[in-house]
Amino acid sequence: MNAQSGHNAYRVVGTRPVRPDGIDKVTGKALYGPDQIAPNMLHGAVLRSPHAHARIRGIDTSRAEALPGVKAVITARDFPGQESVTFKGGETSGDRRDIAHNCMALHKVLYAGHAVAAVAATSEAIAREALALIVVDLEVLPHVISVAEAIAPGAPVLHDDMFTEGLEPKPAQASNVSATFTMAKGDAAAAMARAAVVAEGRYVTQPVHQGYIEPQACVASWNSDGQGQIWCSSQGHFDVRNLTAGILNLPISSLRVTPLEIGGGFGGKTTVYLEPVAMVLSRKAGRPVRLAMRREEVFAATGPAPGSVFEVRIGADADGRLVALEMEFWNQSGAYPGNTLHGGCATALGAYNIADARATGWDVVSNFADTHAYRAPGAPQSAFAVESCIDEIALKLGMDPLELRLKNAVKPGDPSPSRLPHGAIGYIECLEAAKASPHWNTPVAEGESRGIAGAFWGNYGGPSTVAVSVASDGSVAVTTGSPDIGGSRASMAIMAAETLQVPYESVRVAIADTASLGYSMVTGGSRTTFATGKAVVDACGQIIDSLLARGAQLLGVEPGEVAWRDGAVHCMAAGREGEKLDMAAIAGRVHQFSGPVSAEVQLNAQGYLPGFGVHICDVAVDKETGFTRVTRYTAIQDVGRAIHPDYVEGQLQGGAAQGIGWALNEGYVFDGAGRVDNAGFLDYRMPVCSDLPMIETIMVEVPNPAHPYGVKGVGETSIVPPLAAVGNAVSRAVGKRMRDLPMAPEVVHRALAGA
Amino acid sequence: MSTMTFHAPATVAEACALLAAEPGARVLAGGTDLIVQMRSGRIAPAAVIDLKRIGALSGVREQAGGFVIGAATRCTALKEHAALAAAHPGVVEAANLIGSVQVRNRATVAGNLCNASPAADSVPAMIAAGAVALIAGPQGARELPVEHLPQSPGRTALAPGEFVTAIRLPGKAAHSSDAYQRLTPRTEMDIAIVGVGAAITLAGDGSCAAARIALGAVGPVAVLAEAAGAALVGTRFEAAALDRMAEAVQAVCKPIDDKRGSAAYRTAMAAVLARRVVQIARERAGEA
Ligand SMILES: Cc1cc2nc3c(=O)[nH]c(=O)nc-3n(C[C@H](O)[C@H](O)[C@H](O)COP(=O)(O)OP(=O)(O)OC[C@H]3O[C@@H](n4cnc5c(N)ncnc54)[C@H](O)[C@@H]3O)c2cc1C
Repeated sequence: MNAQSGHNAYRVVGTRPVRPDGIDKVTGKALYGPDQIAPNMLHGAVLRSPHAHARIRGIDTSRAEALPGVKAVITARDFPGQESVTFKGGETSGDRRDIAHNCMALHKVLYAGHAVAAVAATSEAIAREALALIVVDLEVLPHVISVAEAIAPGAPVLHDDMFTEGLEPKPAQASNVSATFTMAKGDAAAAMARAAVVAEGRYVTQPVHQGYIEPQACVASWNSDGQGQIWCSSQGHFDVRNLTAGILNLPISSLRVTPLEIGGGFGGKTTVYLEPVAMVLSRKAGRPVRLAMRREEVFAATGPAPGSVFEVRIGADADGRLVALEMEFWNQSGAYPGNTLHGGCATALGAYNIADARATGWDVVSNFADTHAYRAPGAPQSAFAVESCIDEIALKLGMDPLELRLKNAVKPGDPSPSRLPHGAIGYIECLEAAKASPHWNTPVAEGESRGIAGAFWGNYGGPSTVAVSVASDGSVAVTTGSPDIGGSRASMAIMAAETLQVPYESVRVAIADTASLGYSMVTGGSRTTFATGKAVVDACGQIIDSLLARGAQLLGVEPGEVAWRDGAVHCMAAGREGEKLDMAAIAGRVHQFSGPVSAEVQLNAQGYLPGFGVHICDVAVDKETGFTRVTRYTAIQDVGRAIHPDYVEGQLQGGAAQGIGWALNEGYVFDGAGRVDNAGFLDYRMPVCSDLPMIETIMVEVPNPAHPYGVKGVGETSIVPPLAAVGNAVSRAVGKRMRDLPMAPEVVHRALAGA
Repeated sequence: MSTMTFHAPATVAEACALLAAEPGARVLAGGTDLIVQMRSGRIAPAAVIDLKRIGALSGVREQAGGFVIGAATRCTALKEHAALAAAHPGVVEAANLIGSVQVRNRATVAGNLCNASPAADSVPAMIAAGAVALIAGPQGARELPVEHLPQSPGRTALAPGEFVTAIRLPGKAAHSSDAYQRLTPRTEMDIAIVGVGAAITLAGDGSCAAARIALGAVGPVAVLAEAAGAALVGTRFEAAALDRMAEAVQAVCKPIDDKRGSAAYRTAMAAVLARRVVQIARERAGEA
């Protein structure tokens, strides 16, 4: 397959068929996490701490247990071996002790919303009534929320066994700084001193939530023989299985997890919150147990993306060549250590050729929900700081901000953040597409202003398992272990149909439970269409090989005398051209051969490439109120190859919409007691349809040679540029650099008043 | 376990009797506040009395030169009533800022009023337009100007057993019109940082014959800023008159600092919006 050969080389790739899960979803038949029911099921509820930081002195559950209808009450004491779950690694990384303690607090509660006990009862109303009867004896401790509070001398320390990783020598004192990481090349300080212009500032962003509509929910059943089952939606049910089994000291294969349709995840559903709790309740009650979060619980107890503080300086020479970057940042990671330092550094160093650069990040814990992955973890905050400085340099030099970026953008062969040369990346192509776009070529409207920002996300590959089988009528079943969040079943069907040269409709895709297929990593890191897609193509290749071998045998010709064309085995033997066997004619003859026609492929996909993007944003700022309206928005991105262009465009638009929300109105607000004061969609203001213009998209296709159809991950890149694209537009409107998010009306009004 | 009874009476009298019999009862109109509050655990009424089965309470009627909006009338129905929309565009636009289309297909302006939120959108518009609440109760019917109904956040002047059966608005008057605007960080599905309604009547010479300006979200209840209206009467909306109006608006603002906005910002924005709605109402009145 020649990935370089342009769209018209393909029959199905690049078309826009209806998604196979569409009808179920629009007719309400699709089964999401909260819809699942099991026979004889109990309803659970979780008691959560009202305090942001407290020591648990004791929990008295006796009155709750005595309430009629209550079948089980549990605390951390009911979890097996909670103290000793310390191992890391395996298929599923992450500190299981932290995840276990986040599911149910053991000695201390670390945030308002931290689970301390749970109940299973015959109705949800009874379960909630029982919660009120549990007496938790808490010694309230002083709490910290912001980075400044958490790193202040004498600040209350969340984890007395946490010593900053990455410091030499190892610190003698525990602190709230979990780790530090530096990425550097050359001598940034010396280069900065030589710069003709320098843009610098302190950029601050707040924790923001992924904002999926479907709350976390699951049904769990754990039998006395040690076998268990969980039904839930997630971004990766194999990892739900591995984490839950790890926390519960259960052999992994004794737990079977069945995936349900997912109502949004954006990174937030790559861990467990309820599943281990529901399992322990089920074990104790002897019946299946359902747990579902309410919206306030989702906001208070599931991971938002970290807030951040960036101190950044970027220097350029008089011609607009970027010569130095110095950055130090602090991630506000919530109750347990985060892991976005690398993403923050790579974002700063990866998009432009800056010979001398240094980025150092500090991961800081504080008393709110453990933060978690959100679409391109760590990158949007970092790009906000860097791309704002670049805009400032353009203004200082009187240069077109797009030309400035073109002048400095990385090309294939330039060093990447890992120091390896960049592969077939398409930043220049994106900038050129932006320059040629209708949006960039339309003058800025009277009273409006325009911002532009670029950025990238590294993407990922990783392990996937798929099975493809041909039924006796020639129709094709593709089975993957990758939950479908953004239309991946359609994309898998397209890639299979393209490879097999059969119609899209003759391929059906299902997502198998953990007992039915080998491991697949989460749908995350923009990896699924790339990695799982590659496995599907490979498996289809094996199917073709098998059909060719069988076909040759049936035709009575040599293996070399057949060819695969239009979904059939064609005879090439001299004199017999035109003879062919279709898939049904071969697959229907199972009994003549070694078995059914099927193939399973496992891989650990390598060769993934970063996705670059450029966003253009026009805003109208109401100078009297500070209200910002986004009037036009274009997202340009190198997508490698758009397998199903609708869903690729959807990813570009979705990321832009979320990024606009992050820039303008989203952000956690904490009250004096450290509780989330806006734990609902009314006051946690994600944009609604009427807030946004139609987001225009331009897909740039620089194919990835490591994928049979040229795929690059597309899901995350689109949230990286918007913070700065909007920020640059608003800054130009206000006449003052906007360095604090969100840029809510009152904030902009204040800036206008003080300008 | 707490229990709750649900009633769907067919007449006002029946509803009155049910309400009088159960002190813990709540009236249900669209339910877009009530059900949200019940689900969040903030309230747990002993009984819920649905008004939507009382035929007389649904719809807009023109009566005695005015408009009577039944208490169970959904907000979107106000838009569909051409005469009402022509006479009180400000009230109709305020009611149709509430939530989203889905919410407005359930929500009522009487519910908006009786929920007694300081930020209720239709309330300043109704106050400016001179709306009166028609009340039924064990002691018989009475009327109350809308501005006197909310007493404090969540509390109304309704006596036990009383409920609002309708909102009455004056009929269409010559050279008279109104307008409402609110400030929210989002364009929809949001709660006003400040909301301002204005109703203006012009004299034959284009000067201001009457003006009522009402403010939401700048105090515990929506207020009629009488001095602000008075500052315009007799003027031709000259800059100085508008400045006096805006000052009078700010003078009655008693907002709090909260997560939705600081007191200073709310106060400043009340004046900004007041100027805007006065201008719109004046233009509309000129065309009316
Ligand atoms: C998503 C969403 C968005 C919203 N956005 C807005 C907004 O933008 N602006 C805004 O102002 N509001 C908004 N609201 C709140 C709500 O929709 C409005 O206040 C609405 O007008 C309430 O009307 P209702 O008929 O649904 O009232 P209900 O919920 O039925 O009742 C509200 C309260 O008033 C009482 N009540 C109702 N009718 C009567 C009566 N006739 N006599 C006595 N008491 C009565 C009820 O007992 C209850 O206490 C929103 C709500 C939601 C859920």
